[in-house]
Amino acid sequence: MDHMSLTEKWLRGIALTLVVLFFMFPIFWIVLMSLQTNETILRSPPSMVFEPTLKNYVAIITGKLDSHVASMDIAFMRNLWNSILLSVCSVAVALLLGVPAAYAFARHKFRGSEDIAFTLLSFRFAPPLLVLLPLTIYFQDIGLANTYFGLIWVYQLICLPLILWIVRGYFEDISPDLENAYRIAGHSWLSTFRRIALPLAGPGIAAAGLLAFIFAWNNFIFALVLASADKQPVTVGALAFVTASGIQYGQIAAAVVLSIAPTLALALYAQRYLVEGLSLGAVKG
Amino acid sequence: MPELRIENLTKRFKSETVLDDVGFTVEEGRTLVLFGPSGSGKTVLLRCIAGAEEPEDGHILIGGHEMREVPPEHRGIGMAFQNFALFPHMTAFDNIASPLAARKLPRDRIREDVERVAKLLKIDHVLSHAPRALSNGQKQRTALARALAAAPSLLLLDDPLRNVDAKLRFEMRLELPRLLADQGATVIYVTQDYKEAMALGDRIAVLSAGQITQAGTPEDIYRRPASIEIARLFGDPTINLLDVVPEKDGGGVFVRLSGQRVPLDGGLEAAVGKDCVLGLRPESLRFAESQDGIPVTIEAETPFNEKTVTLVVTERGREILISRPAGTEAPSEGKTSIEVESSEALLFDRATQSRIVPDQGGGTSEAAA
Repeated sequence: MDHMSLTEKWLRGIALTLVVLFFMFPIFWIVLMSLQTNETILRSPPSMVFEPTLKNYVAIITGKLDSHVASMDIAFMRNLWNSILLSVCSVAVALLLGVPAAYAFARHKFRGSEDIAFTLLSFRFAPPLLVLLPLTIYFQDIGLANTYFGLIWVYQLICLPLILWIVRGYFEDISPDLENAYRIAGHSWLSTFRRIALPLAGPGIAAAGLLAFIFAWNNFIFALVLASADKQPVTVGALAFVTASGIQYGQIAAAVVLSIAPTLALALYAQRYLVEGLSLGAVKG
Repeated sequence: MPELRIENLTKRFKSETVLDDVGFTVEEGRTLVLFGPSGSGKTVLLRCIAGAEEPEDGHILIGGHEMREVPPEHRGIGMAFQNFALFPHMTAFDNIASPLAARKLPRDRIREDVERVAKLLKIDHVLSHAPRALSNGQKQRTALARALAAAPSLLLLDDPLRNVDAKLRFEMRLELPRLLADQGATVIYVTQDYKEAMALGDRIAVLSAGQITQAGTPEDIYRRPASIEIARLFGDPTINLLDVVPEKDGGGVFVRLSGQRVPLDGGLEAAVGKDCVLGLRPESLRFAESQDGIPVTIEAETPFNEKTVTLVVTERGREILISRPAGTEAPSEGKTSIEVESSEALLFDRATQSRIVPDQGGGTSEAAA
């Protein structure tokens, strides 16, 4: 890197700027939109010059949506709370189930273990609609439709395979001799798992948990079909802004900014671990 | 200090048999060196004893107790791994303390014990370091310290000197026997280095392709190897192996090397007329004073510090290595002749590769005469 020529440095800089612009522009634009009224947003041609207003945020946080025709209540903060509850609980449950399972798949090759692991992975590549219809029907039968419990259960389809497969790679990368050494030193199986395997796979577990959180947060279709208004997360809740009196672009933008803020903050904070974690698991060393 | 007994131990991985009916006993407080080329099953055998692998068949008895159902943590074993297997997220101190912590000893007692064993192995100044901050030698000592810390009655050492540099290996080879004797533990020491095996073992068991091919004292193995393979594994430079057919006349049993008689033990009469391999240790050969030895031409001379190795070629083109202490007088080029210390000569059956043991009762020994 040190011997890079000046032109090379410039080209690299330009390329990076283009990439960043391309990916950051929508976020930048939506932040701008969230600070405008519907009238200024819909101006033609669009202009960057406007008087910023926090009206949209106020409307969303207080739950009072005022258009020029009528006033209506929205429960966006409730949606946000639902999102947090569903994502956190889903990831917690998936970690609780997935980490021991990943360890089992990594360390104990039993008959059919590969098949089971692959079946779990295949949940990730089946289209969600495939499972949704039967799920809706029998969730209604057994009373799980429109419950947090039911949603968290279904969210395992998203979180569990992800955690299982990423964490499994981490456990496989830990030399079994480390665990053997700890057991021969006189520690039980359980304490070896807790004191050796878990801490050493720590970065991987954190990375997998973070990814699972983002996937759970961004999920739309499961909650759309299986939850009614009071259980819906932000992704579904945003639909409420399409009202009879028009689409409230300003409020949608403010809602989007509020809903991506937690994951964005989390990802920015953890990106170092995320990159390190994901690449460490892939490379045997 | 228990005795370790292995009986009919068999271990397979899928269809491959890694250990095949292995059996031996290590008396309490003794050191057995398990010697063999890589892939011979040494490490697997240690793992079976430690409980990290489950054998398909056979018995492992420690102090007379069957270990089959006993989990590794209850076998009372200390083990040092070839790859050290230090816990990377713990300091050297916590690594060494782990067997003590498992025994739920009080904090002060653990500190005392760790410091004692660390001082013994000269790593007391690096106890607060993480393994990645240690040199290879320090890692190796930390791994050894961890194995020794709880004063286990059975100690398994899996080639602990393999990954350390030559200087440290030499030092440790001198230190280890004393250290092991102080521990008073029953020890199995795995190595691929014959010098280590000779230096450390009360007994040596040679493992080859999953079977014990010979077990005995270091002297037994060196002077009376059971097969050509074992003879070749022990000794540096390696043993000279020459195809011969023993003959017999009124003077006794002998073989011809370049027309010269090399007398053999009279008890080898049974080998007369068979295709055999003569094994001559390089140090059992010397340059002849007179001209009636085996005529050879000197090809090359390699001086080592403590010895000089000379490569000579017989008239029939057979290459022979001769080793002599450094500084001794000897011709260094041209034609000369060599003599064989025939009491040291070994005879192997070329078909079975195993050594032909002289028949003690029969025949007159020309070599002894």
